[in-house]
Amino acid sequence: MSRKWEDNGYKTPMARVRGLGSSRSAVPGWVRLRMTAIANVPLVAWFVWFAVQSIGASHAEFTALLGHPVNAVMMILFIVSVFWHAVLGSREIVEDYIHLEWFKAVKLIGMYLFFFAAAVTAIFCVLKVTFGG
Amino acid sequence: MAAGNRTQNRPLSPFLQVAFKMLMTSGLSITHRLTGIALTVGILYFLWWLVAAAAGPEAYGAFMTFSGSPLGLLMLFGWTFCLYYHLANGIRHLFWDTGALLELKNAFAAGYAVLAFTAVMTLGTWFCVFFW
Repeated sequence: MSRKWEDNGYKTPMARVRGLGSSRSAVPGWVRLRMTAIANVPLVAWFVWFAVQSIGASHAEFTALLGHPVNAVMMILFIVSVFWHAVLGSREIVEDYIHLEWFKAVKLIGMYLFFFAAAVTAIFCVLKVTFGG
Repeated sequence: MAAGNRTQNRPLSPFLQVAFKMLMTSGLSITHRLTGIALTVGILYFLWWLVAAAAGPEAYGAFMTFSGSPLGLLMLFGWTFCLYYHLANGIRHLFWDTGALLELKNAFAAGYAVLAFTAVMTLGTWFCVFFW
């Protein structure tokens, strides 16, 4: 693949825009970035409190703290919202600065797979600490 | 005339020093992206924390030892700054999305508020860490 705007270089800018659409499928991503941003406000406030609480805690103290139902649920919500926000934000940056289509596609697919795997791992760890003993 | 023109050493286009001047607003915008990238990298550190806790006391001890080291504390301080900055400036962005605070004066005022919030909260959090 080559750069989109170099294809059919004889076209007028208007013809190119009509062919591509202005933003294609960007709107759901735009909305989700803001929705996760709003969710992140209380979740980050809780996270800072939790992180400061856990300073100096032994392993047993920390697992007891994280294993508390409220903290475990908040941590899982934090993981989902923050990881999602991170991958959407990273996507926005990649789409702004990387214009080589095949490299952009590889990078975006890699990012999505990595963050999904990371989120599943993180949630599993919270569940193991909570239920696994 | 032509010779006179050449000796005047006029700027060539594009001429970055004239065309681009970093303003407080553009600086904050770039910082928002940089802190977002830094926080995304910080997710790896966060992941280490949870995996270590799930793995057991030994792995958790190794994580805590590194976190308490000068390098670990420096990284955590940096991420604290990034977190509060990205949080506050993100809220500024959410206001912009509604159409509020877009006048230049208000955009600057909110920008200074973001910087003040970041400084107070970052230092306040680490004050709590060490003295409370």
